[in-house]
Amino acid sequence: MKPSYRNFNLTNQTLDRRDFIKGVGATGALILAANWTWAQEEERKYGGEGMPGGTVEDPKVFVRINEDGTVAITCARSEMGQGIRTSLALVVADELEADWDLCRVEQAFGDQDLYGNQDTDGSRSMRHWFMPMRRCGAAARAILEQAAADQWKVAVSEVRASRHKVVHQKSGREIGYGELAESAAKTPVPSDEAIKLKSPEDFRYIGQEQTLNIDGMDMISGRATYGADLRFDDMHFAVVARPPVFGSVVESFDSSEALKVNGVVKVIEIEGKKAPSEFHPLGGIAVVATNTWAAIKGREALKIQWSASENDGYDSTTYRQAMEKAAQNPGKLIRNVGDVDQALAQAESKFSATYYMPHIAHAPMEPPAAIALFKDGFLEIWAPSQAPQVTRQRVAERVGLPLEKTRVNVTLLGGGFGRKSKPDFVIEAAELAQQFPGRAIQVQWTREDDIHHDYLHTVSAERLEAGFDAEGNATSWLHRSVAPTILGIFAPDQVHQAGFELGMGFNNAPFDIPNMRMENPGIPVHVRVGWFRSVSNIPRAFAVQSFISELADEAGEDHKEFYLKLLGKNRQIDPREMTDDWNHGENPKLYPVDTGRLRKVVDTATREAGWGKKLPKGRGMGLAAHYSFVTYVAAVLEVEVLDGGTLIIHNANMAVDCGPQINPDRIRSQMEGSCVMGIGLATTGEISFAGGKAQQSNFHDYQVPRIPLAPKKIAIHLVDPGKGVELGGVGEPGVPPVAPALCNAIFAATGKRIRELPIRDQLG
Amino acid sequence: MHSITLNGQVYELDVPDDMPLLWAIRDVLGFTGTKFGCGISQCGACTMHLEGMPIRSCSTPVSAATGKNVTTIEGIGDDPVGRQVQKAWVDVGVAQCGYCQCGQVMSATALLQRIPKPDDEAIEGFMSGNICRCGTYNRIKTAIHQAASKLEEE
Repeated sequence: MKPSYRNFNLTNQTLDRRDFIKGVGATGALILAANWTWAQEEERKYGGEGMPGGTVEDPKVFVRINEDGTVAITCARSEMGQGIRTSLALVVADELEADWDLCRVEQAFGDQDLYGNQDTDGSRSMRHWFMPMRRCGAAARAILEQAAADQWKVAVSEVRASRHKVVHQKSGREIGYGELAESAAKTPVPSDEAIKLKSPEDFRYIGQEQTLNIDGMDMISGRATYGADLRFDDMHFAVVARPPVFGSVVESFDSSEALKVNGVVKVIEIEGKKAPSEFHPLGGIAVVATNTWAAIKGREALKIQWSASENDGYDSTTYRQAMEKAAQNPGKLIRNVGDVDQALAQAESKFSATYYMPHIAHAPMEPPAAIALFKDGFLEIWAPSQAPQVTRQRVAERVGLPLEKTRVNVTLLGGGFGRKSKPDFVIEAAELAQQFPGRAIQVQWTREDDIHHDYLHTVSAERLEAGFDAEGNATSWLHRSVAPTILGIFAPDQVHQAGFELGMGFNNAPFDIPNMRMENPGIPVHVRVGWFRSVSNIPRAFAVQSFISELADEAGEDHKEFYLKLLGKNRQIDPREMTDDWNHGENPKLYPVDTGRLRKVVDTATREAGWGKKLPKGRGMGLAAHYSFVTYVAAVLEVEVLDGGTLIIHNANMAVDCGPQINPDRIRSQMEGSCVMGIGLATTGEISFAGGKAQQSNFHDYQVPRIPLAPKKIAIHLVDPGKGVELGGVGEPGVPPVAPALCNAIFAATGKRIRELPIRDQLG
Repeated sequence: MHSITLNGQVYELDVPDDMPLLWAIRDVLGFTGTKFGCGISQCGACTMHLEGMPIRSCSTPVSAATGKNVTTIEGIGDDPVGRQVQKAWVDVGVAQCGYCQCGQVMSATALLQRIPKPDDEAIEGFMSGNICRCGTYNRIKTAIHQAASKLEEE
């Protein structure tokens, strides 16, 4: 059976891609050790080099010149709405002097040795790949120039690539890229010294105002391929009944009624793995059918006896009480400056508050889905994966195939937000495909599956206390963070947060306060906790930025001025001085925490919003700012609360300093989306548990924003980062400041203080 | 056996009466432009037009479409309104992940077929059944206004 591919528009690279690089001496990937030795500072690698697989910039891996004149650029990062297929290709095209209209983007399959790191998360794609892709494009340009020079038998210094052709000015000769395709393929990659990057003033695509999307028309005409969209002859479709409580397993099941459903082909048990279950499937009973509907009906007819689980008692109400109690007492010491206890004892005034935020589900519009085909001992997969190389490795291990016999093609992702970094759903498809050699199997998660079995955002209680002297200066800051850790999916008995969770707005709070202490009391994990777009920054920004607003109100001061006073004078802080050794994986020397940049986004957002202006009755403006993913974002929301509690968000002004701006339109779109997502998690986002079971199941009870709740106007202000600043992240850092800005605006409008998310009916 | 006219072409479907149109078209006929999002008419990702009416195909049985005309995203470009909506979507750069956008385009087309010059309130009212998790709502509004203007010029 031959794959039809008739609707697979997201052209994947062919397996013989490596043939193309033969004879050029390219070794392919730069392979770096995945395990950092954090203690040995001089050996530690940062940024893209610090990621497993590192970066690769070989043009023979990423660029192919076709004889028809088109240029194929390979994107090894997953497209999930951030526009990376377009943005990285623009970078290559610019350095390559290629015409965008003649550029095509091909999607890499998962292969870390060939492509370098492919983890599309952590707001890292452009941050880590801008320079490698520039050098890649520039090297490809040098190859074309060399090929033309060789053909004309002139010195390469006499020719220049420009706008999809190479020109020899002396003789007036020129030759198109397509005509050079064959000879360029045989021309070796130039040495590093021979690669000349363009001068930024010559950029045609990088940093330009343009609205481009390589997949734009495909996405809105039904031609784009997502995880469930590939169709094969005689393929089967499966849904899986998974344990209602995490840790429960199948004790027995009866499939007789399910097998009677018209279209149901087979019922198969999938084995789960006891916690810590990492990226393994939850286990359960799969119903395989000739169409998704039959599989769903078949699943409804299953009779399954589930075992008891150690998580049967997981209950959000009692768990919250336990977290808040833990936050009242000292916990694992994370950062300690001065003497907080003494300062609090001597304080003229003190204030404390505890903020709660529940679990939230990613709920990408595309629920998890994947297709697998096991044929002639080779397993081929098509999946919306944020980490195809990890997926490939886990799938290969699980089904017992060598890596070379396993291939993971990446489709478009219908949203990811961190969910699709975890390949549990892909492994399900792989396991089932093994049982049907030669036949493609699609696993489809329903929305209920997605909500019930997500790798949830953590749940958290953040307690803050501050003390002030007689002049109203902050003298002490005590912050306790209690939240089940993501480490729980990787190791047993984890109760404390990881460095990367702490470094998200907790220990790296850059305030100018002489006595500061941060503690992390422990709490056990009862569900699969995973990373959700901007991760622990969400509850931290909510707590810290709400708390500062409360402090300003207590002091009778303007929130913005009060906040800037806490930030203190402009300075660059080495994150290690704040005990943050993680620093989003970036070099602390290149990426200090810069309070001046934070101040600037606050100044910009407040100025653009008209901070301080008189508003009609019932309206209020709220501010929040947050540093995350080495990017600085401030948000000012203007809201109105109607009688009865209806919330209208009139304006959102967000100021962003993400370092150099490579594709401004996509930075804005990410911020717009972050704004809406932040509003959603603040207003209605909650997954709660009772008896170990998630209490929500679909969009009727796990509500996400609809168009009326979006701000009537969103303005994104891109702040000039100044010279010598490194690239920051874009996909995530817009989310954290939104919820506190909203809650602070609600306070300004109504006097109602929100310390518990979601807001839901607290305004009614 | 159900006979439906999909984007102008007649198809015979040998499926149970209660199979939602969505699965019949995606899995049996193999047209995957229409997306599955929730299965309970909550998100609008599966929006199609049945005799010109926007419907949620995840909750519309095949039997309701027997002998009728169904238009999906694959065919909406043949409609002058649909074509302008698609064009505006590209110009404004609405799509992020794009997954919900086929449903958004189908709803927006239905809106403009009924109200050629909708104001923001009308857009919010008509489009509130379509969820976009990427949060592209403001650009959706902009694109609908743009498509409306272009259609007026035509």
